Amino acid sequence: MREITTGHLTDIARGAAILGTGGGGDPYIGRLLASAALREHGPVPLVPLDEVGDDAVVLPVAMMGAPTVMVEKLPSAEQVGLAARTLAGYLGKELTHIACAEAGGVNSLIPVVAAAQLGLPLVDGDGMGRAFPELQMVLPTLYGIRATPMSIADEKGNRGVLDTVDNHWAERLARSATIDMGCSAMISNYAMSGAQARESLVAGTLTLCAELGAAVREARAAHTDPVAAVVARLRGRVLFAGKVVDVARRTVSGFARGEARLSGMDADAGAEMVLKFQNEHLVAERDGIPQASVPDLICCLDRESGEAVTTEGLRYGQRVTVIAAPADPRWHTPEGIELAGPRYFGYDIDPVGVAAA
Amino acid sequence: MRIGIDVGGTNTDAVLLDGRQVLASIKTSTTADVTSGIVAAIDGLQRQCAFDPADVRAVMIGTTHFINALVEAHRLAPTAAVRLSLPAGASLPPMVDWPQRLVDAVSGRSYLVHGGHEFDGRHIAELDEAELRKAAEDMGAHGVRSVAITSVFSPVNAEFEARAAEIIAAQLPDVAISLSHEIGRIGLLERENATVINAALRELAAHIVDGLAASVSGAGITAPLYLSQNDGTLMDVDFARRYPVATFASGPTNSMRGAAVLSGLDTCAVVDVGGTTSDVGVLQQGFPREATTDVSVAGIRTNFRMPDVLSIGIGGGSRVRGSAVGPDSVGYELTSKALVFGGDTLTATDIAVAAGRAEIGDPGLVAHLDREVVRGALGRIAADVADVVERMRTSAEPLPVVAVGGGSVLLPDELAGAGAVHRPDNHAVANAIGAAIAQIGGEVDRVYAIEPGRREAVVDEAKQEAVDRAIAAGASPASVGIVDFDEVPIPYLPGNATRIRVKAVGDLQLGA
Repeated sequence: MREITTGHLTDIARGAAILGTGGGGDPYIGRLLASAALREHGPVPLVPLDEVGDDAVVLPVAMMGAPTVMVEKLPSAEQVGLAARTLAGYLGKELTHIACAEAGGVNSLIPVVAAAQLGLPLVDGDGMGRAFPELQMVLPTLYGIRATPMSIADEKGNRGVLDTVDNHWAERLARSATIDMGCSAMISNYAMSGAQARESLVAGTLTLCAELGAAVREARAAHTDPVAAVVARLRGRVLFAGKVVDVARRTVSGFARGEARLSGMDADAGAEMVLKFQNEHLVAERDGIPQASVPDLICCLDRESGEAVTTEGLRYGQRVTVIAAPADPRWHTPEGIELAGPRYFGYDIDPVGVAAA
Repeated sequence: MRIGIDVGGTNTDAVLLDGRQVLASIKTSTTADVTSGIVAAIDGLQRQCAFDPADVRAVMIGTTHFINALVEAHRLAPTAAVRLSLPAGASLPPMVDWPQRLVDAVSGRSYLVHGGHEFDGRHIAELDEAELRKAAEDMGAHGVRSVAITSVFSPVNAEFEARAAEIIAAQLPDVAISLSHEIGRIGLLERENATVINAALRELAAHIVDGLAASVSGAGITAPLYLSQNDGTLMDVDFARRYPVATFASGPTNSMRGAAVLSGLDTCAVVDVGGTTSDVGVLQQGFPREATTDVSVAGIRTNFRMPDVLSIGIGGGSRVRGSAVGPDSVGYELTSKALVFGGDTLTATDIAVAAGRAEIGDPGLVAHLDREVVRGALGRIAADVADVVERMRTSAEPLPVVAVGGGSVLLPDELAGAGAVHRPDNHAVANAIGAAIAQIGGEVDRVYAIEPGRREAVVDEAKQEAVDRAIAAGASPASVGIVDFDEVPIPYLPGNATRIRVKAVGDLQLGA
């Protein structure tokens, strides 16, 4: 895929929801925004990560705030471009490429909007290879690339630049500003050179989203198993097939934490799986024994349609297949585990990895 | 006595009830004007069981007329969508994701105006009244007859929608105005879509409701008239004029609720076996469980409350090949194609007759069928329906199954994993009986910021408001209870923002 056209968006959105591992927000609004931007400005060139030149100025953009708010207070396309332009202005650099901060959900499509709006190419890569809830949880952090200076912009035209002592402070201050801006802000951070981007980003993210979406679509059309198609493409494995029998949620400092209990079906009849989540799925336990955990991907898919089921959308009675897929190997380094392993999220277990199939 | 009438696409069914006892029931054909079919149905009831029109205390009608008008893009009023959101939202204007033919059918115009609220009640921008007056002028110039107003976060604070309505009404006194906070929930595009659809149906609603009222009073009945809503509760005619979208899913809802009354079970799975499909829904305390996903109506994404119904392609007209049943059906051609009617196609109805479960057509024409084929097909039907019922269960608790509809003879007396199948009398008019269940509801669906230690107080407040709304809508206070409660924390928002939904329902307070 060398460019993104309106025809790719449905597949990308569907694939992005799967990589969202339960979080990342409903890509529907992102798809509509991207579709409007592409209709207005034409297709966006997609540049493979290894073709980005050393001196390129790459800015990731993302939506920060509550997906629930974004579906009510719709962002503006200008707001997305404004965040990137503001940061480029502060850096005093000519911006050459837009990139994705995360692969999951709405944030795979927001950068398409920015690239279309600013007339720039988009890098086919992202900072996580999945979705994570906090700003510092990106691979560039492991390479010493700072989150700040970062920009933040709202739909009113307010914009700010944060320059902080570390990435945790960036998360904290950006979160406060986001709330004051009405919880649907656009940000640009982790400004990097082309050389840094090639080193630190996960390659091929948008292509992967499109391929996952297409795999689900084609499997459904051919009446074959869409879940199996996703598992094959992610080189992951099926953890459990079951029915949601209980969902408990509570909000802890702004994050929806909770647990879903699944009662096994077919080959898993008689067994139970518990999914623990904080926006994204973090740990999957079968009969009390962890089967997979962050940083690997735990995706909950509708058993019939292969569509991703978000943690917000989990309901009694749904029939789902839980799959796990390996994260980028850099997440499994000691630094990666410290940043986004189970203990960071308050689960006192060692990470349980899924070997690539 | 009460009269329940269900006006479907094909049939108009009516029942005369005394309490829960069915005194008379009739099926007639739906007429293009709806009203003459209703007159015929009431006449039919009168012939079956003579009654004094003065003894009728209420008439309840369920109709698919409005959803059909939308699907057929027929008789929709020229409509304007006004969105109070600027400076937000301009990138995705109203009706952005609609099929073009429906935008054309409502001559859809849209206006974006400064206003709207943040999630916590702050203003995004002050309402720009001058901008709004200019928009109203333009609407007047373009012959707009109905207006849908949607303000960002109006489910949290509706002040701007109310004020915008005053301004537009002052300038365009003859247009109908629909406000989004009265129609949908959080999710701007979906709520706005539902509001625009409602607006486009307002003229038709006025016309149809007048027709319904005239046909009922023409039969000498002076009792009040109610229409059924998607959730199974009733609305009076004034409400129906203003909220025609609230009738969209009343068909399947009434059928399910009728099945519950007939069987005496208020928590059960209902299997409605028709000609082409079997539709399975679940009733909890007498009300259908709602679908949790957004629902597309005629290609438009909305967030109406719709009952959660799962369908499979098994019905009386399903073709049978070997041990495979359906999903294709001979449909309305059953009476010419099925073997029992002298046709050449083996259908599920033929299987039921051959097995001695039903007497339809000429049983002699299926006497030759191989017993193994009959057993195999019935086994397949039982297994597939049992699987759908199982999928609709939400807990390990036993869930009784009630079978209704013309094709329900296809089901066995026991379903694997579910137990006995209940087959109530009068199941062919379950929908009309569902319409006649006289209950009135009140609802609250809002995002609350819950301060520490205040959860119970907030929940109580929400529940009380739902109860008050039910009473205001005409429920008898002593009978009102909470039938549904749901609490979902919203991620990434400060202050333990929690969305609370409560529904209260009570019996209709009938006049003396």
